[in-house]
Amino acid sequence: MDNLLVKAGGWLALVFLAFLAMVLAVDGGFAVHMAIIMIACLIALWVTISKADYAAIGRGILKAPADPGKYDDDPIRWGVIATLFWGMAGFFVGLYIALQLAFPVLNLGLEYTTFGRLRPLHTSAVIFAFGGNALIATSFYVVQRTCRARLAFPRLARFVFWGYQLFIVLAATGYLMGVTQSKEYAEPEWYVDLWLTIVWVSYAAVYIGTIVKRSEPHIYVANWFFLSFILTVAMLHLVNGLAMPVSLLGAKSYSAFAGVQDALTQWWYGHNAVGFFLTAGFLGMMYYFVPKQAERPVYSYRLSIIHFWSLIFLYIWAGPHHLHYTALPDWAQTLGMVFSIVLWMPSWGGMINGLMTLNGAWDKIRTDPIIRMMVLALAFYGMSTFEGPMMSIKSVNSLSHYTDWTVGHVHSGALGWNGMITFAALYYMVPRLWGRQRLYSLRMVNWHFWFATIGIVLYAAAMWVAGIMQGLMWREYGDDGYLVYAFSEVVSAMFPMYVIRAAGGLLYLAGAAVMVYNVWMTIAGKVREEKSMTETPHDPEADKPLVAVPAE
Amino acid sequence: MTTLTQKHKKIERNVTLLAVLALVTVMIGGIVEIAPLFWIDNTVEEVEGVRPYTPLELAGRNIYVREGCYSCHSQMIRPFRDEVERYGHYSLAAESMYDHPFQWGSKRTGPDLARVGGRYSDEWHVQHLTDPRAVVPESNMPPYAFLADKDLDSGDMSTHLRALTRVGVPYSEDAIAKANEDLLTQVDPFANSADLEKRYPKVQIRDFDGNPDRLTEMDALIAYLQMIGTLVDFEAGEALEQPR
Amino acid sequence: MSYDALRHFADSWGLLFMTAVFLTLIGWTFRPGAGRTHEEAAHMIFDEDKNDV
Repeated sequence: MDNLLVKAGGWLALVFLAFLAMVLAVDGGFAVHMAIIMIACLIALWVTISKADYAAIGRGILKAPADPGKYDDDPIRWGVIATLFWGMAGFFVGLYIALQLAFPVLNLGLEYTTFGRLRPLHTSAVIFAFGGNALIATSFYVVQRTCRARLAFPRLARFVFWGYQLFIVLAATGYLMGVTQSKEYAEPEWYVDLWLTIVWVSYAAVYIGTIVKRSEPHIYVANWFFLSFILTVAMLHLVNGLAMPVSLLGAKSYSAFAGVQDALTQWWYGHNAVGFFLTAGFLGMMYYFVPKQAERPVYSYRLSIIHFWSLIFLYIWAGPHHLHYTALPDWAQTLGMVFSIVLWMPSWGGMINGLMTLNGAWDKIRTDPIIRMMVLALAFYGMSTFEGPMMSIKSVNSLSHYTDWTVGHVHSGALGWNGMITFAALYYMVPRLWGRQRLYSLRMVNWHFWFATIGIVLYAAAMWVAGIMQGLMWREYGDDGYLVYAFSEVVSAMFPMYVIRAAGGLLYLAGAAVMVYNVWMTIAGKVREEKSMTETPHDPEADKPLVAVPAE
Repeated sequence: MTTLTQKHKKIERNVTLLAVLALVTVMIGGIVEIAPLFWIDNTVEEVEGVRPYTPLELAGRNIYVREGCYSCHSQMIRPFRDEVERYGHYSLAAESMYDHPFQWGSKRTGPDLARVGGRYSDEWHVQHLTDPRAVVPESNMPPYAFLADKDLDSGDMSTHLRALTRVGVPYSEDAIAKANEDLLTQVDPFANSADLEKRYPKVQIRDFDGNPDRLTEMDALIAYLQMIGTLVDFEAGEALEQPR
Repeated sequence: MSYDALRHFADSWGLLFMTAVFLTLIGWTFRPGAGRTHEEAAHMIFDEDKNDV
C-alpha cells in the first residue's frame, strides 16, 4: 500500500510541477507543452490508482508476478499498433505537403498549416514515430527471442514505450506552433531533447540488460546492429543537440555551434540518422526476420560480421557529402566523398547477404508475399546505396544538390527499404504476438505490395526527372551568354512532376491503409476465406505406378 | 591459434566489449572530421564587416527559424558561374560565423537567400510575404500574411543576447543592457540612433512593414531579410585581389 | 596544429594503420576454426522448441 501511495504522490507532484512551469512560462509554446506534460502525468496518476491490483496488495505483494515462461510481449504489441498509427499519420502529412507544393492554396493561409511547419512534422513522424516505434518493437521482439530471456527491466520497458510516445507528441505539437531548432531531423527544442535522452538511456538499459541476462552463449548478429544503432544515435543526439536555452522556462534555445562547425555537426548527425537509425537498426530487423520467414539461416555469417564492422566504421565519415562546394573546407568534403563511395561495398555486401539467404528457396517470392516484400526492400536498399555514393561524387552533386533528386533518393530508401522491411516484419510478428493461426488475408498483403511498389516507382521516377530538370535549367546558358531561365520558370516546370509524386504518395498511403485493415482483422481473430497464393496441380488419376498390361 | 579463437569468442559473447568496440569504431570518423574544424585556423578566414545581429535582425531571424524557411530556401551560394550570376558572390564561411544555428539549407524549392538583402524593396517583401502569387504568379510559397497582424513579441532581447554570448557571440555588456532599446530604435527613423550604429555598423534603420504605428513580426523578418549577405563589401575586396 | 602536418600524417602513417587494421579484421573473420561457431550462430534462431510463445 505504501508503495502505491508513494507512486501516486510522485505523479501528483509532477502534475503540480508541470502546472507551475506552465504558469511561469515565458512563451506560449512552452506553456502548451507543460500543459501536455501535466495531462500525461494526470493520466499516469489515474492509471496508477485505478489499475492497481488491490487484491494482490491485500495479500502483501504489489502485483501478481508475470509468467516467466512467456516472453514479455505487451510493449511489443503496443509498439506494433503505434507503428501503424504514426505511419498512417506520417504518410498522410507527406501526401498533404506534396500536394501543397503543387497547389499552394492548400497552405490554407493559417500559420499552423504552412509547408514550413508541416514538413518537419512529416519527416519526424515517418522517421522517428513510424520508424522509431518499429525499431523499438522489433528490437524488443528479437532480443528476447535470440537471447532466450525476458526483457530485463519490464517496468522500464513500459516507460520507454510511453515516454517515447510523449516525445513524439511534444515534438509534433511543437512544430505546429513553430517550436523548432531548424536543424533538419533534429528539430525538437532543448527540453524535448533532454526528455528523449532520458527515454533513450532507459531503452539502452533494457536492451543491454536483456543481452546480459541471456541464456544463449552467442549474441546473434541482429543484436549487434540494434546495439550499434542505440549507442550511435545516443552519441549523435547528445552532440548535435547541444544548445543554450534563453530561459529555463521558455522554448527558445541557440545551437552551441555556429556556421561551418554547426553545419558539419548537423550533417554528421543528419547523415548518420540515415546510417544508424534507418540503416543499422533496420538491418537488425533484416538479419532476423528474413532468415525466419525464409526458414533458412543467413547466407554467410562471416559476411554479416564484415558487413557490420565495415558499415559502422565507414558510415560515420560520410556526412560532409551534404556540404559539397559550400564554405566547408575542401579536405573535409573530399574525405566525405571518398568514404561515401567506399561505403557502397559493405552496403551491397549486406544486400547480397540478405538476398542470397533465399538461395534454394527462390520460389517463395512467387508464393509468399511477405518474402516478396523483403526482397523488394533489399532491392531498394541496394539501389539507394548505389545511388547515394554516386550522388556524393562532387561533380554529380554539383547538379543534384538543392534539387528534388535528393528528395527522390531519400524516398526510394525510406519507402522502399525502411517501409517495406517494416511492413514485412509487422506481418511476420502480428499473428505470433496475438496468438493467431495466420494473418487475416495473405492476398491483401499482396495488394499492399503492389500499391506500395507502384507508388514508389511513380515517386522516384517523378523526382529523378524533376531533380535533373531543375539542376539543368538552373545552369542553362543561352547563345547570348545569359542564363536562360528565371527561377520562377523552373518552379512552374516542376508542376506535373509534383502531381505525379503526390499520386505515388497516395498509392503508398492506400497500401498502408490495406495493411491497417488486415492487421485489425487479424487481431480481431478473423480469417478471410480466400484462394491460397499458389496451387500446384495434382491429378490423382495419373498419380499411380505403371502396371504392365498383359497382352491379350 | 586457440588463443586467438578464444579472444574472438570473447567479443561475440561479451556485450560490454562489443558495445565499447562499436562505440570506438563509430567515434573515429567524427573526431577526425569535426574536431579539426575548431582548431585549424584556415577553416574560417577572417573577413572585414561581419558582425553579430542587431536585436531586431535577431528577432527576425528567429521568425525565419520558427517558420522553417530552411525547408525550401538555402543560404549558401556555391562557387559556380550560374549561381554567382543568379545570386551574387559565393558564400564565405565567415558570413555565417555568428549563425546559431546555421541556415545553409539543403533544398531550393525557392531561390537561395544568402544575398537577398537590398535586392528588393521593403514594399515588395511585404506584398510577397502577404501573398506570394500577387508578385510572382508561378510561386508555390505559402502566404505569411499573419506576420503583419502579429505584434513582435520576442520577449526580453537581452536574455537572448546573453544566451548567445554564452555560446561565443561577442556582444558587449553595453549591447546586452541596451538590447530592448536597440530593438525599438531600429524601426524608429526619428530616434537618436548614434549608439546603435556604432554598435552595429551598416545597420538599416526604418519602418520595414509600411505600418509605422505598430512593431510587427513582419518588421523583424524584413529587417533580417534586408541585411542577409550585405555585411561584407565584396567590391572593396576585389580591388585587393587584383594581381599587382 | 597546421593543416599540412595533419595531411602529411593522414597520407602516410594514418593510411598504413587503417589498411593494417582492415586486413587484420578481414583475416580474423576468416581464421580457421571459426566456421563451426558461425554455423551454430546462424542456426541459433531456429531452435524452435521454446522460441515463439
